[in-house]
Amino acid sequence: MAILLTETTETVLPDTRAEGDRLWLFPAELEAATGWSSRPEGFCRGGLCVPVPPARERELMGGGRIDVAALWRHLGQPLAHSADGGAWVLGTAAADREAALRSLQAPDFSLPDRTGRRHSLSEHRGKKVLLVSWASW
Amino acid sequence: MWQALYEELKDHGFVVIAVALDSREGDPLPWIEAAAPSYPCLIDRDHRLADLYHMVNVPQAVWIDERGTIVRPTEPAGAYEGFRRMDRKTREMPADAARITAEARTTYLNAIRDWVRRGEASEHAFDAGRARARAPRPSEDAARAHVLFRLGQHLIRHGQPDEGDRWLAEASRLHPESWAIWRQRAGVTELGLAAQPDFWARVDGLGARRYYAPVDMKGMP
Repeated sequence: MAILLTETTETVLPDTRAEGDRLWLFPAELEAATGWSSRPEGFCRGGLCVPVPPARERELMGGGRIDVAALWRHLGQPLAHSADGGAWVLGTAAADREAALRSLQAPDFSLPDRTGRRHSLSEHRGKKVLLVSWASW
Repeated sequence: MWQALYEELKDHGFVVIAVALDSREGDPLPWIEAAAPSYPCLIDRDHRLADLYHMVNVPQAVWIDERGTIVRPTEPAGAYEGFRRMDRKTREMPADAARITAEARTTYLNAIRDWVRRGEASEHAFDAGRARARAPRPSEDAARAHVLFRLGQHLIRHGQPDEGDRWLAEASRLHPESWAIWRQRAGVTELGLAAQPDFWARVDGLGARRYYAPVDMKGMP
């Protein structure tokens, strides 16, 4: 069993086995957790498809599963896992963050208040927003 | 501070969204109760906002207009580092440091008022070119640090605190600019709240560098 964390999802993978730096997912699991799907033209999400060179296919796919860690590296995105392979985190590359911030479209997010109710930035479209960080520390 | 500003400006199409970069859920609650905010006050245990907006400290803020466009990228929110000159025993600031700190705050709050009333005509709202030029540029190491921070927090919450803390330490090493990661980790080990020696040692290590980055706004120190 492993747990896979992305920016917005937390997916428990009961049948998955991590092998060192590899994490093998069924295509449906991959799509549910990350939004990426395996297609004849490569891996696709939204309107974007990233081809896989034939030489790398065996590195990324085997036995009907996809190594999401190898895929993430192929996409140029950062990832990390716990020593026992039980927890995996898929992140976003600095170049993508920078591009998003340079677009000036404020990145949306959804976070809970103290009662657990979630609020997103996009709910406040139509108002001026002061988005401010603070902390108890 | 934000509650009064929100009450003053809320009828002019303005809202504050305050996000606590606090990994332990209970930590920010007494503060929220004391502030009794009527604006959204959110809790961000994984420092997702810091990752998305490249925030490295608190308080930092982003100004976002009615269309969801950033008109002032991430910057210190009216904060000035007068505290660096405080007496570390009595915690008192020299009068001029206290005055500059208070003036920085007033200047920043007045700039928000001007923006809320005058919109893009305000000199404090950057046009697209100026806003883009000031957009943060996170490093690959900073992006990786946020991945490790998330992993570390997950492990701490799920019975693996020692390994979790090792990942937080690595995150802090990769992203030394982030006080948020460093101070959160210091909190985890109960060592480093603001009055503690290792906080002061790290502040002193800045030398001539700023604790709060300079803010590009007329009248700010």
